[in-house]
Amino acid sequence: MTDLSLQGLSKRFGDVAAVDDVSLEIPDGSFVCLLGPSGCGKTTLLRLLAGLETPSAGRLLVAGEDVTETPAHARRFGMVFQSLALFPHLTVAENVAYPLSIRGRPKAECRARAEELLALVQLEGMGGRRIHQLSGGQRQRVAIARGLAIAPRLFLLDEPLSALDANLREHMQVELRQLQQRLGVTTVVVTHDQKEALTMADIVIVMDQGRVQQVGPPMEVYRDPANAFVAGFIGTSNLLPCELGEGEIAVSGHRIALDPADRVKARPGAAMLSVRPEDVRIAEDGLPGRVSFVRDLGESVQVMIDHGDREITALYAPGARPEVAVGQEVGLSFAPGGRVVLPA
Amino acid sequence: MSAPSEKPTPGWLAALPAAWLAVFFLVPFAIMLGVSVAHRVPGGFYEPGFELASYARFLTPFFGKILLTSVALSAGAAAICVALAFPFTVILARMGRRAQTLVLVALLAVLSLSEVIIGFSLSTLLSKTAGIGNFFAWLGLIAESRAYTPSFFALMTGLCYLALPYAVLVLYPPVSRLDPELGEAARIMGASPMRAFWTVTVPMLRAPLMGAGILVFVFTLGVYLLPQVLGQPAHWTLSVHITDQAIFQSNLPFAAAMAVLLLIVSLALVGLTLLLGRDRAGAA
Amino acid sequence: MNGAVRTGYVLAILALLAAPIVVVAGVSLNAQQALLFPPPETSLRWYGALFTTSDWLVPLRNSLVIAAASAALAVLVALPLALHVWSRSGWLARALSTLGVAPFMLPPVISALGFLVFWVTIGMYGQMTATIVSHGVFLVTLPVVTLSLGLGAMDPALVEAARTMGATRGQVLRTVILPLLLPYIVSGYAFAFVLSLNEYIIAYMVAGFTVETLPIKIFNSLRYGYTPIMAVVAVLFVALAVAVFGLIGRFGNLPRLLGADRVEER
Repeated sequence: MTDLSLQGLSKRFGDVAAVDDVSLEIPDGSFVCLLGPSGCGKTTLLRLLAGLETPSAGRLLVAGEDVTETPAHARRFGMVFQSLALFPHLTVAENVAYPLSIRGRPKAECRARAEELLALVQLEGMGGRRIHQLSGGQRQRVAIARGLAIAPRLFLLDEPLSALDANLREHMQVELRQLQQRLGVTTVVVTHDQKEALTMADIVIVMDQGRVQQVGPPMEVYRDPANAFVAGFIGTSNLLPCELGEGEIAVSGHRIALDPADRVKARPGAAMLSVRPEDVRIAEDGLPGRVSFVRDLGESVQVMIDHGDREITALYAPGARPEVAVGQEVGLSFAPGGRVVLPA
Repeated sequence: MSAPSEKPTPGWLAALPAAWLAVFFLVPFAIMLGVSVAHRVPGGFYEPGFELASYARFLTPFFGKILLTSVALSAGAAAICVALAFPFTVILARMGRRAQTLVLVALLAVLSLSEVIIGFSLSTLLSKTAGIGNFFAWLGLIAESRAYTPSFFALMTGLCYLALPYAVLVLYPPVSRLDPELGEAARIMGASPMRAFWTVTVPMLRAPLMGAGILVFVFTLGVYLLPQVLGQPAHWTLSVHITDQAIFQSNLPFAAAMAVLLLIVSLALVGLTLLLGRDRAGAA
Repeated sequence: MNGAVRTGYVLAILALLAAPIVVVAGVSLNAQQALLFPPPETSLRWYGALFTTSDWLVPLRNSLVIAAASAALAVLVALPLALHVWSRSGWLARALSTLGVAPFMLPPVISALGFLVFWVTIGMYGQMTATIVSHGVFLVTLPVVTLSLGLGAMDPALVEAARTMGATRGQVLRTVILPLLLPYIVSGYAFAFVLSLNEYIIAYMVAGFTVETLPIKIFNSLRYGYTPIMAVVAVLFVALAVAVFGLIGRFGNLPRLLGADRVEER
């Protein structure tokens, strides 16, 4: 089947390694999100998969077949571009059927397939329209339908939803995921939006500086970050320097006993403690701090606490809002099982 | 950014325009350079050789006067055109798109007109029987209609008519890219519209203004017909003499030498314009 | 400057530019063979004469053939040039873009003399082909500029999208790039056509005595006897230029084509 194998894939632009020695095995039918800050190399990696860039080193295998040297037009992949890249001089149906007409398929077949694909993305009867007559969400669907026209071996999407407003984007995330599950096509999506990745993906690949930082299911990456970068990038994390000892850690001299459910990935000595805001609790005693700001977001309440030169965020449900005022001295504790000790 | 396989055209296709322009544009210049140092055969064409006799003729007072005439006419036209075109362009760039399009159509139409047609039209406008002479006589400003051509005034009018649309179109991109908020900011800080124009708009566009002046200068240096139609023989420019030598005096080497000189002057000035443009890009 | 002064200034300049054309239009309506304005009697007879007098019919045909052919030549050379410069960098791309812009930047009398000695050298002086090729080279700048603008305005992802969907390089060119460039090809052709029609000095130097074009004919008539037909040609040239640029302005974005970035719809 079309499982995807990246073997030491690298791409250099001059002295800069945009993609640095990436090796991955992706099972057939997965929905993969490439996640990372801008400039981390995720778009370059996607373009390497598509054949739009030639790798400086490494190989790319699709279902055991080496496609490293295969040019983009011969790979039989589908791709949705960030700008969507819909052809303004063609109608909606002509856009969707472009991959078929370019392969010399008969007109009737192109028409029928275009109708079928437009129905798949809920755009029945829109085939005769021009691209500029469509709304942003409709254009998005046309681009997706076009990418799927030839039943691609691999479906690639580069920040496909970034141009949509927040509501529509969330809606399209669900729709895209449902569509992919129905068709079972192996899909790789580039995004810088971690919520988007957590909503859609089977596998999240977190990248930074051209390197893969962590690969895994979304909840695993969220709960169990492999290093401080992933902890900081996925969701909001409080990162505090600490000393790891036997069954306990010390944060600025304050000892905290570890629970068996806590995850320890560092060796004894200097380390980094990562705690999600929902695992931070304000108590009578504990790590000392001073409330600097309370932000009521309606669905939740954020309390910012200064601890030395670090700011720690605690997150509460609206009903559980603590009785604190700005400037108040408080103590902090971290919920057992919510503490991750990472290499410094 | 994109890989070699993504180029829309194969690399060898560039050989076509490259070879075409090399043969039909660069080779003629090379031949012209060769002719300029060839030996003139009086009454005939020329025979190959290397002598600087044609260039030596530059050193005569006769030639110096021609060069001076050309430069003075072009410099005058450049100054007048830029002075008229700059406020025009500033106003134009603030108009709505429809109005801008209409004015641009008019400018392009005038710009595309042959020197011949401009010369003919202006000589008609300035003539005794069909021109402003009639109009002035009718107004009672003058007793009887008269012709205003050929004259220095007619020639300068022609040069400005020819070059004004060009000056506007050269100034148009930088002026239209100028952020209107800069002027508005100056207004809010208390500058009068005129003061904002002189203290913000003009200094910011100093380089494009110089560039436009130089380009108009080069453009009018090439004028060939207007001096003959609207001017007197004393106003004949280098271009007129180049053609005269080439066609009527059959002195190709001297014509070529004058053309080479004109080429050097033009290239130097165009180079200066590019340099000014680079300074501006560097400062921005 | 308040609004009225600004509008007044623009209108005054436009009126000055229009004045000679108005007078020439009036002169073209003279019933007699005289250049009088305002014309004492009016008639359209000279408009007919342009198309029936063989004296003027031959230059008219020459001009049209030369303009049509040389504009086509200019576009054919400009297209691969602009595509190469657009998609590549390096010395060849830089050299080509300089070569593409140079012919139009220099005083035309220099190019004219260059063409003259060139055609004399290869023995084609005085042939219409020489005029056509010379104009084609001289005017190549115009389609180079419009095509470069068109390519610059195109989303490069369109080409990549077509590639990922299975289009070969030739198919990308045929099904994506050329259809999107068509308006710029047409306007480049139109610019070159109008300017070839009006060009005097190169046509004159290269084949002025054997292949007479309309501008050459007018200039000769200026010296050897005025006729209102000259005015007719001038009027038709102005009308053609207005029509061509008007159409480009109507169906394209003329301010953008001439280099403006920010033009508000109003």
